[in-house]
Amino acid sequence: MVQLIALGSLKTAASTEEMRTALQSSGGCSSSSCGSSEGPADLPPEVWNKVKDHPCYSEEAHHYFARMHVAVAPACNIQCNYCNRKYDCANESRPGVVSEKLTPEQALRKVTAVANEVPQLSVLGIAGPGDACYDWRKTRETFDLVARAIPDIKLCLSTNGLALPDHVAEIADMNIDHVTVTINMVDPEVGTGIYPWIFFRNRRWTGLDAAKILHERQMEGLEMLTARNILVKVNSVMIPGINDEHLIEVNRVVKSKGAFLHNIMPLISDPAHGTHFGLTGQRGPRAMELKALQDKLSDGTKLMRHCRQCRADAVGLLGEDRGQEFTMDHVPEVVAYDPEKRQTYRSIVAEERGEHLANRQDASRRLAAVDAAESVLVAIATKGGGRINQHFGHAKEFQVYEASRDGVTFIGHRKVDQYCQGGWGEDATLDGVIEALEGVRVVLCAKIGDCPKDSLSAAGIAATDDYAHDWIEAGIAAWYEATFGTAIESLTA
Amino acid sequence: MAYMIVTAQCTVCGACEFECPNAAIAMKGDTYVIDPGKCTECDGHFDTPQCAAVCPVSDTCVPA
Repeated sequence: MVQLIALGSLKTAASTEEMRTALQSSGGCSSSSCGSSEGPADLPPEVWNKVKDHPCYSEEAHHYFARMHVAVAPACNIQCNYCNRKYDCANESRPGVVSEKLTPEQALRKVTAVANEVPQLSVLGIAGPGDACYDWRKTRETFDLVARAIPDIKLCLSTNGLALPDHVAEIADMNIDHVTVTINMVDPEVGTGIYPWIFFRNRRWTGLDAAKILHERQMEGLEMLTARNILVKVNSVMIPGINDEHLIEVNRVVKSKGAFLHNIMPLISDPAHGTHFGLTGQRGPRAMELKALQDKLSDGTKLMRHCRQCRADAVGLLGEDRGQEFTMDHVPEVVAYDPEKRQTYRSIVAEERGEHLANRQDASRRLAAVDAAESVLVAIATKGGGRINQHFGHAKEFQVYEASRDGVTFIGHRKVDQYCQGGWGEDATLDGVIEALEGVRVVLCAKIGDCPKDSLSAAGIAATDDYAHDWIEAGIAAWYEATFGTAIESLTA
Repeated sequence: MAYMIVTAQCTVCGACEFECPNAAIAMKGDTYVIDPGKCTECDGHFDTPQCAAVCPVSDTCVPA
């Protein structure tokens, strides 16, 4: 389960220390337990550099960074059966639903206000309602204004693809390096069940003609983008009975044309939304149907599984929406960009991520160099953030790692009753802790008193605060090296 | 010979303004209106009136 950084604490946290503390106490996945999916180790450096701050393109980044969408391009050139353009409700959370249409100037003020308040902001997207490429003048004007005011913000857009080939050159010129294309079919026959009409080259097309044109334009746009090294995420709406099985073929085709990520989204169809599918009783997929399809596609394909299908005016980390805090009536008439909070936050995150990764790699190297066959269990007292940072007596659980020459692997948690009860230790509780730590060779913690240390020692468990506040893997490696590396040296000396 | 917008149904997406070859459509207050003096129903430009062809809501861009 992903835990996000507590925004409440960051919203008011002005100082570096406060931000760092908020980040380090945020929990999240332990590095060694989640593997390195989509991490820097799996991607070429130039690709990692593009995605590392983009919460929608990198599962890892979405722990740290936030996006916002501005609804500046409401005009659309196609009709989809899962969309009703009249729909507008602040209680719904789904693509294409929005409460407030903005002019490019209003969008600039809103983005500036958010950037001043939300230090995690890294991405500005234009994602409907409407089509960012069809309503291109407003999209371009918005991006131009924002890029001038906040040069380091990443720009991205979503499109149905019909007008995409007309604007790829400009997209590349504007340094937009993330584009999402919604592709629901690669067979126009399937498309006839999804798109009642398109507007193209000054006329309305229907039926198979419409689906053929849309398909050809989508493929052309996708190829043009990938040829320019622009990362493409393909979104597909899974519609049971219409394109569910077909999405396997869609996945194969878009992958072969260079799509970076494929995001299968469940159809949202409620009759109350007034969409064609909603009104005709077309159901969405059940969670297990969606998962079964994703599992079929997961072999060798990067699938996005952390999508929250956010609103077209969403603001914040994925999974949260602060959009209602930043409606135009909350945004001042004149607002100047203050880069300080974002710069501070980014430097802290970069430091945290870089240091953590470097330490993990270093820990593996050091362990591999130790001439010992020992495989031991190490218990860590931690408050989260990947560090040895909790007092022994305050721990309600210990994270247990296995350390050997092969590296450090997360094994599991051991729940205990808190030993320290406001200044004094409870002997009976300590017995329980010792029992819970069965099989553990050493406890690494931020602080431990002599009395519990002696009791643990009598039970054959070492305990030390020598590695207080180290990264978990680094502390374990250093302890392993000191314990087993020295032993070998002294034997051979 | 002109088209008009049924205001009650208009989503104010602006696609018609975008497509109109005569620049006959503009925001007036909270909604788009077609200037009947400028509208030619796209005669001489296109086979069909562009506003009606692109409008996402049926029967919303109609002959006046």
